[in-house]
Amino acid sequence: MGGAVTLAALLAAPAKADALPQEKWAGVIAAARAEQLLGALACRLSGIAVPERVGAILHDARDMAAESRRAALWEAEMARRVLAPLAVPVVLLKGTAFVAGGLAAGQGRMIGDLDVLVPRAALDDVERALLATGWEWAKPDAYDDVYYRRWMHELPPLLHRDRDRLIDVHHTILPPTARITPDADALLAGARPLGNGLSIPAPEDMVVHAAIHLLADGDLAGGLRNLWDIDRLLFEFGEEDGAFWSRLRARAALHQAVGVVARAVRLSHALFATAVPDDWRGLRAGDAWFRRRLLARDEWGRETRAATRAAFYIRSHWMRMPPPLLARHLAIKAWKRVAPARS
Amino acid sequence: MKHQFAMRVGPVGFRIGSAWRAPVEQLAALYAGYPGADVPDFTVRLGPPSPWRRWLRPAVALAGDFTLPDTAPLPLAHALLAAEMGMNLQVALGHRRHLLLHAAAVERGGRAIVMTGESGAGKSTLATLLGARGWRFMGDEFVLLDPATGMIHAFPRLVSLKNRAIDAVAAALPDARFGPLLTGTPKGDIRHLVPDARAVAAMDDPAMPALLLFPRFGADAAVRPVAAGEAFVRLTQASTNYVALGERGFDTLTRFARDVPKVAVDYPDGEAAIAQVEALWAAL
Repeated sequence: MGGAVTLAALLAAPAKADALPQEKWAGVIAAARAEQLLGALACRLSGIAVPERVGAILHDARDMAAESRRAALWEAEMARRVLAPLAVPVVLLKGTAFVAGGLAAGQGRMIGDLDVLVPRAALDDVERALLATGWEWAKPDAYDDVYYRRWMHELPPLLHRDRDRLIDVHHTILPPTARITPDADALLAGARPLGNGLSIPAPEDMVVHAAIHLLADGDLAGGLRNLWDIDRLLFEFGEEDGAFWSRLRARAALHQAVGVVARAVRLSHALFATAVPDDWRGLRAGDAWFRRRLLARDEWGRETRAATRAAFYIRSHWMRMPPPLLARHLAIKAWKRVAPARS
Repeated sequence: MKHQFAMRVGPVGFRIGSAWRAPVEQLAALYAGYPGADVPDFTVRLGPPSPWRRWLRPAVALAGDFTLPDTAPLPLAHALLAAEMGMNLQVALGHRRHLLLHAAAVERGGRAIVMTGESGAGKSTLATLLGARGWRFMGDEFVLLDPATGMIHAFPRLVSLKNRAIDAVAAALPDARFGPLLTGTPKGDIRHLVPDARAVAAMDDPAMPALLLFPRFGADAAVRPVAAGEAFVRLTQASTNYVALGERGFDTLTRFARDVPKVAVDYPDGEAAIAQVEALWAAL
């Protein structure tokens, strides 16, 4: 049995850690590190009896996550100070939103880049303000730059020269060329203020975004972590009030993501035993492939199931843009790889 | 993975998996005196960068829990170096229990000398030579500073001797055990030295740092005191997890830089260095 399978089982039912044979732990820890889930596992297993050496490793992982949280919140504060004079809405997304909102999904979460959503009309002002205060282009390549601006849902990534942290400035949550078109204005309008000038998406929008990020954008590399985000969001919001699930369905429809959200909820229930209403359960055709991809990690932390991963890689490009555009993009990328070798 | 070996060096347990038998046999022979690791802290993987490189011009790609992008694979003959680099990388990027200093250390009577400096400053050689003169060798790569107690913990991995140091140490320690000579590595010639039995037997005993040295090989003998501020700044450069530890790292490092006497030592050769160090120690 692969490392990711045991990892998912422990996240779903932490009490099982008690009965895990000692020799299994190395594999779980390696898989969790590779999936960026060791901090989440450590928080999930707080207070549960584990072998002493495992306890020390989990203790360190909680420390790392606490530091990651602090750095992420500081980075959000740095961006807030620069963008406040523009008086435009700034919505935190993904990991930073989870920790800023004090959500269960932020517990033990490793956070790398700062992701923010701003109105498309404010993009130029935001970019100018960031460039004037220490952020620089992380990919100074003319084609990449044009590609991002023309076809992507975000500015090319900006790196802060002193703090070495990336900011991704989004104007929506999927490339405009993708098959589905989420409603960015509704995301901005529904955002919940944090009281400091920043806000985080409404609960249902957070779930929709996490589901789109997992299933409609990318090849599911690191997907187990993104699915764990979804489990924690559903666990917290679903428990809070009974109307959450009907609001989630309506919101998913608004963002053209009914199928994506439904599949994310089914997979979360299947892998992490998330409590979901009966009519959201039951795996459908195709779900098995996603499950297979999400658990493609062995007890040495290596990726497995190369063919499945390759299929999802092709799928990610297929979803992202129409075939003629994809062909053009891949041709240019291939040429750029070959050209330097020739000159 | 097909072949594997686990051991503990100081407080850090490693699990090393390999696609080939030979690297694991070499490691097992050289680390024979070390305890095992029931639940290792870190996993290191020695595997081919692509499936055919397992057989055809076999090469080892560096992998594990923590990796760096764009590390070039090494030929299978240099697998010991790959394992060493892999272990160092896990500690440098993953260890959080202590503040890590890129330094060597030796101990006598419960008190330790910490020696830090760039590669080539002679840390490894100096610590090894002192280890042959009655000092306990604590490590030549990382010194682990305990945030709670201010004491240092040993990390006596195999000593990685380079180029001229290989013959110098072989002459000084005729009875020592060495690994195979690895020629033409990216770092020149390398030969691993097994720390003596005492260094391994006492590796769980921490020591109180009593002297911080900044040795520099190749200049006329000279000794100069180093101020706490300069030491602090140089040590932030010599620590791989200072930033990651946050406030705990700052507190630990400022206390260390303030409380421990600090001296820069220029030395022309090993004998002179030992005399300088003994004189400084006697004057404490």
